[in-house]
Amino acid sequence: MYSFNYERPSGINDAAGAVGEDDKFLAGGQSYLPTLKLRLAQVDKLVDLGGISDLKGISVSGGEISIGAMTTHGTVATSSDVRSSIPALADMAAHIGDAQVRNRGTIGGSIANNDPAADYPSALVALNATVHTNKRSITADDFFVDLFETALEDGELITKVTFPVPQKAAYAKFPNPASRFALVGVFVAQTTSGARVAVTGAGPCVFRQSDMEAALSGNFSGAAVKGIQTVADKLNADIHASADYRAHLISVMAARAVDAAS
Amino acid sequence: MSVENGIGVSVKRKEDQRFITGNGKYLDDINKFGQTHGHFLRSPYAFAKIKNIDLSAAKTAPGVVDIFTGADMTADGIGGLICGWGINSKDGSPHVAPPHPCLATDTVKHVGDQVAFIVAETLQQAKDAAELIDVDYEELKSVTDVRQAAAAGAPQVHEEAAGNQCYDWEIGDKAAVDAAFTNAHHITKIDLINNRVSPNPMEPRAALGEYDPGTGEYTLHTTSQNPHVARLLLSAFVGVAPENKLRVIAPDVGGGFGTKIFLYAEETTAVWASKRVGRPIKWTADRSESFLTDAHGRDHATHAEMAFDADGHILGFRVSTKANMGAYLSTFASAVPTYLYATLLNGQYKMPCIYAEVQALFTNTTPVDAYRGAGRPEATYVVERIMERAARDMNMDPTELRLKNFIQPDAYPYETPVIMTYDTGDYPLTMTTAKDMIDYTGFAARKAKSAANGKLRGIGSSAYIEACGIAPSAAVGSLGAGVGLWESAEVRFNPTGSVTVFTGSHSHGQGHETTFAQLIADQLGVPFESIEVVHGDTTKVPFGMGTYGSRSLAVGGSAITKAADKIVEKAKKIAAHLMEASADDIEHSHGVFSVAGTDKQLTIGEIAFAAYVPHNYPADLEPGLAENAFYDPLNFTFPAGTHIAEVEIDPDTGVVEVVDWAAADDFGNVINPMIVEGQVHGGVAQGIGQALLEGVVYDDDSGQLLTGSYMDYCMPRADNFPNFRVETTNTPCPSNPLGVKGCGEAGAIAAPAALMNAITDALGKEIDMPATSEKVWRAAQNA
Ligand SMILES: Cc1cc2nc3c(=O)[nH]c(=O)nc-3n(C[C@H](O)[C@H](O)[C@H](O)COP(=O)(O)OP(=O)(O)OC[C@H]3O[C@@H](n4cnc5c(N)ncnc54)[C@H](O)[C@@H]3O)c2cc1C
Repeated sequence: MYSFNYERPSGINDAAGAVGEDDKFLAGGQSYLPTLKLRLAQVDKLVDLGGISDLKGISVSGGEISIGAMTTHGTVATSSDVRSSIPALADMAAHIGDAQVRNRGTIGGSIANNDPAADYPSALVALNATVHTNKRSITADDFFVDLFETALEDGELITKVTFPVPQKAAYAKFPNPASRFALVGVFVAQTTSGARVAVTGAGPCVFRQSDMEAALSGNFSGAAVKGIQTVADKLNADIHASADYRAHLISVMAARAVDAAS
Repeated sequence: MSVENGIGVSVKRKEDQRFITGNGKYLDDINKFGQTHGHFLRSPYAFAKIKNIDLSAAKTAPGVVDIFTGADMTADGIGGLICGWGINSKDGSPHVAPPHPCLATDTVKHVGDQVAFIVAETLQQAKDAAELIDVDYEELKSVTDVRQAAAAGAPQVHEEAAGNQCYDWEIGDKAAVDAAFTNAHHITKIDLINNRVSPNPMEPRAALGEYDPGTGEYTLHTTSQNPHVARLLLSAFVGVAPENKLRVIAPDVGGGFGTKIFLYAEETTAVWASKRVGRPIKWTADRSESFLTDAHGRDHATHAEMAFDADGHILGFRVSTKANMGAYLSTFASAVPTYLYATLLNGQYKMPCIYAEVQALFTNTTPVDAYRGAGRPEATYVVERIMERAARDMNMDPTELRLKNFIQPDAYPYETPVIMTYDTGDYPLTMTTAKDMIDYTGFAARKAKSAANGKLRGIGSSAYIEACGIAPSAAVGSLGAGVGLWESAEVRFNPTGSVTVFTGSHSHGQGHETTFAQLIADQLGVPFESIEVVHGDTTKVPFGMGTYGSRSLAVGGSAITKAADKIVEKAKKIAAHLMEASADDIEHSHGVFSVAGTDKQLTIGEIAFAAYVPHNYPADLEPGLAENAFYDPLNFTFPAGTHIAEVEIDPDTGVVEVVDWAAADDFGNVINPMIVEGQVHGGVAQGIGQALLEGVVYDDDSGQLLTGSYMDYCMPRADNFPNFRVETTNTPCPSNPLGVKGCGEAGAIAAPAALMNAITDALGKEIDMPATSEKVWRAAQNA
């Protein structure tokens, strides 16, 4: 780790004001601190968001659930509000990393990081969520841009994420056996505006499987998607799985998610 | 009479009190006054020439105490690391052992090879300075795969080793095997990869070197399984200091699995440099360094053929193996794929003849050496996969084929065609026990049920044998070992009757402090709580050979027993004097000495007191009650047994679930059943890990290590396992006084073949380890 400065403001505006060009926000530190420790990154100042109570917490109103950026995976996994309105989301959060990671890692940190194998991006996209920042609101479809890249501008701070409550939804994750991040994760949702299928882990960035969405709009069943293949060209290939295998797993996981949706 | 906390009792491990309360003292917990921190600059390339190293900017960086390169060590007369076991090729020529410098001199030969050693006030400063070192490399084309290393035109890792060959060795009777194959009714052939694994002890390697200018003595704290061996190598071969001026301490060590047997460049450099800088130097590997530099295990490519007669009796066995040595020969590397491997190819069977040849090759990878089981898992893997395959080829039940060919319980001692003499065993019993444990006969019904759920179910066995309790010194000496493999002990009574046991064995997770105390509690009747076991410090314990090869109890424990025998002999004389009887009339049982035919008796505690306060004492006897013993075993020990695995495969994803596991092991007498069961669990877990999940992967092109962290190197976790069923049978070992055989490696030896046989049974086709979900899925698609 290279040395850096550290600040812990207590307000959203203070935090946004404190972060300069070579600075970073620090949330749970579960992704960023290992990067620093391995000297893969260098930072002038860490602006710790842990002291900002406005960024924490979960509320439900008007068919929408709102989760503060600094809410941990553990809190989402065990929230009775989340469990009763979008059980698939709580279930997904319950399968991120291990207990220590879930008690530190946050929704804001996860989506800002946009790891191609992270779970949350698929939930946001499938559930047609909106990311709120200190400057604007961004739909999930627009938020996740590419490998480790989001629509966030320098110094822009995620404040919360809002999820419209779907008719039903589920997440099926095929974990990478080593890291247990998603080798392939498919989040499906039946919403008022139709079926949505978001795939994480398989490509450089979360994406929607539109052939499956079309198939599901008439027939929301696993059988409808099981035979639909995803083109492997743009999928990831590494020592854990070839692109073909990932393509195949998308179909299997999608079907399992659809059948499990509630 | 059974003794409280004596032999056969599942006494809770006394060392766990300190471990689970965070009071263990591991190397990194130790700090010395004035301590500096060492950090290694490592090669980013698999193979490169070093054209220049510019230290100027780094040497003046904040906090830097000094920086050393290979040239400094050479100038100081410090030699390279050696391999302690000489293997001769078929043509009689000795194996090729190229230079193995602690810090590279002109080339780096694997990613992570040491280039410079930076000593600074803090670790961060040392790392900062490392970034300022300017090394001018000329990258060379590298080779990492053992089969490619053998191919014509492959990059040459060492000038000294033409064709990258370290040796081309053979054992057995080639002519007899050729003849057996011409007469065969059936021949089964198989090609197998034994995947390279990374040992991953929980505690990374570490070293703390210091030099005392007053006494001229060096002290090295290091994460070693055998501190005396490390001292011997550092003194006699590397030339750091004479043995009497070098103290090596292995404190609490958090796991070894073999990889902490060897003498490494890092500890050598740290202790040498401590004199140069005049201050203690600590180095602790981070996990990335562990992946890059802890000696790896396995990495064989094997072709095997077995010949049978019409009844399914084995006629002959032929094996050809390429073994990857990595970039340099590690301390015992040469012995692992030869005398620890091919001598076990006889398995549990009556094999009239065997011929094996092993070509060892250098590659641009981390050195490979002993890893839990060391050679014996590789042998079991070949024997047990080909047995299973042969049974399928001949439409026989694989357990029946084995039962038909087993050496029978009345056939001992049994001489194999590959120089081992098995002493005792009951292979049919362990096999039938394991079959009963897992309800072998009910498998067909379970398979049908799985099929109804769209799942593939498989069952597979592994009837393993190992040679451990290594080893008779004369035997290993004749096979090329540079050391003897006896063990030492001292049993020292204190005047108040408590006992300190000094052992040359080293515990790094095995529970010696408990098991060895049980030996003394049993033999000498001393309360368990009053026995302390001391190990791991060359100035405290007598010269010892350390812990590996499941030898600690069979060899180290036997040494303790022999020392205790001497205690009993002396105590009898003291007792006779005190009770005014003849020594011949003194009877001893668990620490109570009585005069035959009378009610006169004395306890060992009373006798110890008399020995230290000898006011009324035999005139011809030395005072004190302490005895030492060195024990050189008569033979290897031969633990053996059968493990049976049952799996269920999801053909849609290729995920293998290990649904059941039966382990029936013959370890001879068992001192602490709980510890033994724990060792079996750990070994099986490691074996399942290798078969299912683990595997070191290098990039073919660049030679980079692709599995350099837990993000990519898959360690097994508790949820990868079923509850293991573990039972032991017992044919006591005749060649040591305790009748014990050793249990530490058995699980890792047995498990890979059992699991792969279950998986290939389910799939109906052969695949190699690790059976990743993609590999299994592909096989299931074309099934
Ligand atoms: C062992 C382990 C296992 C894991 N397993 C999984 C898994 O299975 N699935 C999974 O999805 N993830 C997994 N993770 C990652 C985990 O979910 C992290 O918590 C998450 O990716 C990052 O969240 P964080 O709060 O720790 O963010 P940090 O690491 O603190 O920050 C990550 C990045 O986000 C930025 N950031 C943080 N908060 C904000 C904000 N409010 N606004 C703008 N930018 C912000 C930071 O500046 C930084 O660049 C795992 C991590 C570990 C260590």
